[in-house]
Amino acid sequence: MSTPVPALANAPERYYNYAYLDEQTKRMIRRSILKALAIPGYQVPFGSREMPVPYGWGTGGIQLTAAIIGPDDVYKCIDQGADDTTNAVSIRRFFANVADVATTEDTGEATIIQTRHRIPEKPLKQGQVLVYQVPQPEPLRGLEARETETRAMHAYEEYGLQYVSLYENISAYGRIAATAGYPVMVEERYLMSPSPIPKFDNPKMAQNEAVMLFGAGREKRIYAVPPFTRVRSLDFEDYPFETQTWEETCALCGAEDSYLDEVILDDAGDKMFVCSDSHHCAERRAAGHVGPMAGHALDQDAALKEPAE
Amino acid sequence: MNAIPGRIAPAPLLSVEGLTKWYGHVLGCRDVAFDLRPGEVLGIVGESGSGKTTLLNCISGKLTPTAGEVRFDTRRFGLTDIYGLSEPDRRRMQREEWGFVHQNPRDGLRMRVSGGANVAEPLMNLGARHYGQMRQSTIDWLDRVELDTRRIDDKPRNFSGGMQQRIQVARNLIHGPRLVFMDEPTGGLDVSVQARLLDLLRELVRDLGLAVIIVTHDMAVARLMADRLMVMKGGEVVETGLTDQVLDDPQHPYTQLLVSSVLQI
Repeated sequence: MSTPVPALANAPERYYNYAYLDEQTKRMIRRSILKALAIPGYQVPFGSREMPVPYGWGTGGIQLTAAIIGPDDVYKCIDQGADDTTNAVSIRRFFANVADVATTEDTGEATIIQTRHRIPEKPLKQGQVLVYQVPQPEPLRGLEARETETRAMHAYEEYGLQYVSLYENISAYGRIAATAGYPVMVEERYLMSPSPIPKFDNPKMAQNEAVMLFGAGREKRIYAVPPFTRVRSLDFEDYPFETQTWEETCALCGAEDSYLDEVILDDAGDKMFVCSDSHHCAERRAAGHVGPMAGHALDQDAALKEPAE
Repeated sequence: MNAIPGRIAPAPLLSVEGLTKWYGHVLGCRDVAFDLRPGEVLGIVGESGSGKTTLLNCISGKLTPTAGEVRFDTRRFGLTDIYGLSEPDRRRMQREEWGFVHQNPRDGLRMRVSGGANVAEPLMNLGARHYGQMRQSTIDWLDRVELDTRRIDDKPRNFSGGMQQRIQVARNLIHGPRLVFMDEPTGGLDVSVQARLLDLLRELVRDLGLAVIIVTHDMAVARLMADRLMVMKGGEVVETGLTDQVLDDPQHPYTQLLVSSVLQI
């Protein structure tokens, strides 16, 4: 004789926990975040969880976001500066689903911006949080494979080794050719990898008003740059730090001061340079800025999207 | 030198006392004591497993001894037990005042970065931040160890074994250390290359007035390089004295055996 299975008392709540992670995990991550903010640039180990995306797709950033997000937040997610790439769209949809938050593409409107490979062009404001997805938190790893040794180097501020990579760059290319993940010193104490953002974005980290959190899911490290913190890109006395520059302007919006992506248009070698920050570009076009290739098919796509927003 | 009347013996640069290392119940080395003065070259000879490398590692701060003291005349703290220093102080002292030439250049070089960057690294570790100046002293040093300066940007793997060893020597001398440890520096090289490298090492050591502790099982290397010899067997020092004295008139039966086993051609 079979007894009917009793309905679970908590049946209505048996959906995902708010923002996907359980409360204890979020508490653990928040404690790590607080420690990371207290020691700018220091890599805090944390118990990284298995996430519903593979390592390398932003598991660190997703866990940070999940730990700090609340129903009143407005969430923006970018990948290489663009809001409309697959990874950004799926992560944005994920949080709209599990955290029930409003999402946006507007940099100014967002309270939490999760990013991979870029810092938005529009200056961030107090109250905003920028969450970075970090593949390799250890800037010295390429030169020193032993974790015990790199930890000692951080503890004792032995950062001479990092300059070896810059030295190699100059001897090979005649200039510091490293472009992404360019190492920085935070508050003149901790050497930090800024995640693979282009060095074009490095100066934006210094004295930034927003909170910057870095999460590496596979490597199980969280680090942070609190607001108004000194961040200095490493360089040599005779080879000072420089950012990338372009001779071209954005083909669609004509911006001269933004980070440009080169887009190959056909097999004949035609190409265009466009802003990597898609929202920045759209906003400029909406404001009436016109680039040399305005009206191009790629521009049309964007124009069609404008009224829908 | 000490016998010259009216001349004050210089203070020891390195003073080792009662140094003992046990690996569990296996003896590494026992009760080793000696003084090393500035500019002196001390050879440690003995067969495989006699405790030479254990002793060198203990003295050079890589392996904490079970008992005994290693005192070094540091620039910042004077004559002090290196294992009594805090770890950052000890690491800094090792970086600033010592060099270590490994038998296998792969242990002493960063194989992923160019020879030039390998040589310049100690300068960067000591705070040099001017590329042009570091580049120039790297070129000077490559020239000094008789390497083709045009190959400054080649990776170590593209150099022959002897050349790699020269890069390692340059890397360990560029920052002006006062004491250099050498663990079988000519071990993996063929005889003609070995002879040229020894020649170079001897010249550099003389010119720079370096103090060197060199571990070797090769009597010829000991004869050429060392002012003084320590013969080890079974973890203990069985005989010590001036190199020529030990090799020409060995007293201990093991030293006699060692000297008589050298092949004559």
